[in-house]
This record gives sequence, C-alpha cells and structure tokens, in this order.
Amino acid sequence: MNTEPRLVEVRKNVLKQNDVIARALRDQFRDAGVFVASLVSSPGSGKTALLERTLTLLRPHYRVAALVGDLATENDAARLSRSLAPVKQITTGTLCHLEAAMVQSALGEWDVNHLDFLFVENVGNLVCPSSYDLGENLRLVLLSVTEGEDKPLKYPTIFNSADVAIITKMDLAKAVEFDLDAALHNIQAVRPGMQVFQVSAKTGDGMTGYLGFLRSRQANARAAAIQSAIQSLR
Amino acid sequence: MHELSIAMSIVDLVEEEMAVRGVEVEAVHVKVGLLSGVVKDALLTSYEMACMQTPLEGSRLVIEEVPILVDCPNCKVRRPVLSMQWFCCSECGTPTAEVVEGKELIVTALELRQ
Repeated sequence: MNTEPRLVEVRKNVLKQNDVIARALRDQFRDAGVFVASLVSSPGSGKTALLERTLTLLRPHYRVAALVGDLATENDAARLSRSLAPVKQITTGTLCHLEAAMVQSALGEWDVNHLDFLFVENVGNLVCPSSYDLGENLRLVLLSVTEGEDKPLKYPTIFNSADVAIITKMDLAKAVEFDLDAALHNIQAVRPGMQVFQVSAKTGDGMTGYLGFLRSRQANARAAAIQSAIQSLR
Repeated sequence: MHELSIAMSIVDLVEEEMAVRGVEVEAVHVKVGLLSGVVKDALLTSYEMACMQTPLEGSRLVIEEVPILVDCPNCKVRRPVLSMQWFCCSECGTPTAEVVEGKELIVTALELRQ
C-alpha cells in the first residue's frame, strides 16, 4: 500500500534555471567591475538609436560593448557597429525575449574584465522581458513620445521590473503634442520614485544628464569591484 | 507570449522532481504573482501543450494568483496596492514601490497519482 501523502510540497522557482545563470553573470560582472545596463521597450521606440549615441559618446573615455537581441536580421548590430564599439547580435528566432543563457553564450570569448560598460538591448517587447533576469545592474525602460503618455498604465509590469525610465524622441514631443506631465505622472503612478530622463538621441538633448548618471553608476560598480578584490586578498 | 517558455520550464522542473522522488504527478500547483508578467489563461493553455508527449500529459495545472502587496511606509504594515496602475497603499494612499509579494512564479506542490 502506498503511504505517501497525496500532496507533496515543492516550492521551486519556475525560472530557477534562468535565475542561476543570471546570478552567475551578475557575480562575474561584479568581479570584473563592468557595469551592465539592459534596455527594454516596445519595438520602434528608439532603443538602437539611443544605444548608438550612448556607445559613440562613451567610447572615447570608456571600454564599451553591446549585445543586441532581435527575432531576426543583423541590422541592429550593423547600425551599432558604426559607434566602433564591439557589438554582437543575438537572434532569437521566434522567441520574444532574451534569457540569461543567451547573454552568457553571446558573451563567448569576450573578456568582461576588459570592459567598463556592457549594454544589452532586449527584443522589442513590453511584456515578456519583464520575467527574465539577465544579470544586469540596471534595467532601463524606454518610452518614446510617439507612443502615448499612457504606456506605463498599460504595461505596469515592465515599468515595475525596470529601475529607470527614459523618455525618448523628445525632439518630436511638440509635433506629436506629447503631454510630458501626464507621462511623468503615469510613470510615478506605476512606479513611485522612479528616476526619469528625457532625451533625444537625434539632437543629443538630455544626453549629458543621462550619461552622467550612467558614469556615476559605473564608478560605483568599479569601486565595489576593487573593494571586494581587496577584501578577498586579506 | 512567453507563457509557453514558462510552461516548458514548469514541465522540466516537475519531471526532475518526479525522477528524484520516483512518483507520478496528477496536478501541479503554482503561485503566480500579478507582477510576474505571466497571464493565467495563457499559461493554462501553454501548459497543456508543454505536457504533450511527456509523463505529465493529462495532468492539471492549479494556479493560485498572488496579489501585489507593498510595505506601506506610513501604516508600517504590509498592504495590498490600490491597483496595478496606482502603486500606493490601499488604506492610506501613500505611494510606494516596496513590493514584498506579487512577483512570485513558483511551483508550490505536486498532487501525486496514487
């Protein structure tokens, strides 16, 4: 006779496999002192344009690299390569989001110890990427002025999984009658206290503040890496 | 629509448990937080597909949805948020992003086939 209980308790994280890899990546990034930022947004809200500008402006001063995810084509990697930074395309086929294992395998022979910044551009999608930790230090969610001010209310989960919001294409704000106050209000409604930057990758407006923020976060990551290296020597 | 990936992860995880424990499973109980980014109905459909041609074919997925709870800095207790669109304490209205529950995506229990 079977004496085992009919219900057994398990308590296992469904995405444990992803989380284990993400944690390993985060440890690796921390030890290397590289600052990793990922970008999420709907398709066409300007992730690649912002990233190209970011890489171009940071590259003279920092060792920067980028991974870029798309369902198909190498177009974005080709675009980003114009910044002269090392760039790798991750093509996901039909998968709607990046997973930690894809980041790990795309890094391949790259030595993250020789990087200051690594950017990971997720597949354009405001739903699925929210569930997957990629081991990044900072997740940026982009909202372009052409999308409408209520995007945060429609996709609260992704705004909640991100650390910082960036309103892009600010040069078009007037033409599309973008209501900045409403957008800011909606961001704060779904994620109280969220830091927001307003930029135009095209004109460069707002880039200084946003890059200053990234630089200070990178400096903190570097200081933490040095601190942990010193501690491990003791 | 990443629920199929999620469902396949559930099937993998449960198959592993079945092998370790040497049991057969009739139903899988999961907790899905409202902030986990997973839609209940899509997950149920995906689960059925993910189970095909596995030892879990024909098993049920029992989903318990977990509401979003925050630590209210004003009331100093755990409270539900007013809504997904308004992250504030449902009692006093203080905005807060200190989510303490609602992001879960966990397999909690297995119902065994006797």
